[in-house]
Amino acid sequence: MSVIVNRYKCGYCGACVGVCPVGALELVETWIEVDNTCTSCGVCAKICPVGALGVVK
Amino acid sequence: MRSSYDVIIVGAGPGGSITAKTCAQAGLQVLLIEKRQEIGDPVRCAEGVGKEGLMQHIQPDSRWIAAELKGSMIFAPDGTEIKMSEEASSQKAGFNLERKVFDRVLAQQAAMAGADVMVKTRAIGLLRSNGSISGIKAMYMGEVTEIKADIVIGADGVESKVGRWGGIDTSLKPVDINTCTQFLVSNIDAGEYNKFYIGEKYAPGGYLWLFPKGEHTANVGLGILGSKCGTVRPILLLHKFMETYMPDGKIIEMVVGGVPVSGPIKQTVANGLILVGDAARQSDPLTGGGIINAMDAGKIAGEVCIKAKEKGDYSVKILKEYEDRWRATIGKELSKSLMIKNLLIKVSDEQLNQLAHSLSGIDTSKMALPKVLPILFKKNPKILWELRSLFI
Repeated sequence: MSVIVNRYKCGYCGACVGVCPVGALELVETWIEVDNTCTSCGVCAKICPVGALGVVK
Repeated sequence: MRSSYDVIIVGAGPGGSITAKTCAQAGLQVLLIEKRQEIGDPVRCAEGVGKEGLMQHIQPDSRWIAAELKGSMIFAPDGTEIKMSEEASSQKAGFNLERKVFDRVLAQQAAMAGADVMVKTRAIGLLRSNGSISGIKAMYMGEVTEIKADIVIGADGVESKVGRWGGIDTSLKPVDINTCTQFLVSNIDAGEYNKFYIGEKYAPGGYLWLFPKGEHTANVGLGILGSKCGTVRPILLLHKFMETYMPDGKIIEMVVGGVPVSGPIKQTVANGLILVGDAARQSDPLTGGGIINAMDAGKIAGEVCIKAKEKGDYSVKILKEYEDRWRATIGKELSKSLMIKNLLIKVSDEQLNQLAHSLSGIDTSKMALPKVLPILFKKNPKILWELRSLFI
């Protein structure tokens, strides 16, 4: 379970990191990293201002 | 660079830099780290500040003031205009900053006061000893180092991890965040007022803004409530607005961001730990403004760090003073704004128009929002009944 970040869309704002309930995301300079605690809840994908995130179930 | 400090501040935004400066000026050993390689860039902000609030911390300087404003204008969904004036509207009107320069100047002031600064340095965890936070694990150029400190300040923004690592749940629900896109638009007549367009039509659960930045440019952006995001996205709505209202505008920069609109969270200190600014969710739930709140909180945090150092006690017992002081000032305003936000996200565009019409014949141009609200309540008690405790 994870999320896929479209790096060509992502504006590296970190909004997704702020809403992740389990702290699975991290903004590192200009990219988002996802760790294995991701539950695929989809909150990050919902709130992304540019729609750069997709959930993998 | 030392291996241990009195205070380490994670994040060199306005909140972090003011905390660092305050501590360093008192002679504390301070380290300010910033994960980006450039402080202040990319901007995630509409850049508006109130003059009065700003001048509590720094003297205005033309290097980082992009525009001085006459006041604010709010536009209801049907186009009805409400003008509010600069001298009265301390929160919204004032200056529009050039954050790329402003943030650097603040970090530089912290450095000149004696703080060490490290850029491209990211906190990746906290150190602990005897039930207290006692420093950070940091990564610089791929190398991990441990740096000790009596107090760690999490000023690490909307994406804050420091609080979570320290046991404070700062995660935001979709209803607690405004998700935003902003263009720096050129080739337009930006005027001398900050303009706010409200209603579902423009920005569901948020608003669209036009903040002049001089030289025929403006920050044009919008934020929508996270819970209303998904089928619509800020970037799509903003393009739509541009096509309709400023077809000749040229986009010369694009930024995105998330603004906490949760109102005060339960806890912002732990043993050896303080959260400041967006990391402490201290941005205003109604306006989204966070610069002055972060700086005010940073000042308080710095003062409390100085006190803790004097006493040699970095536990919650001493750090709680920070919590008490920001709640009594910033926190009160946040709670009021949260009430208004919670109502406004339920109000229809038709009702917003009604509210705007009810002000016709009243000169609000010399008033700020806190003065206009009671008038609105008096004329529209039915729509605004939920806010009665603010006025009665």
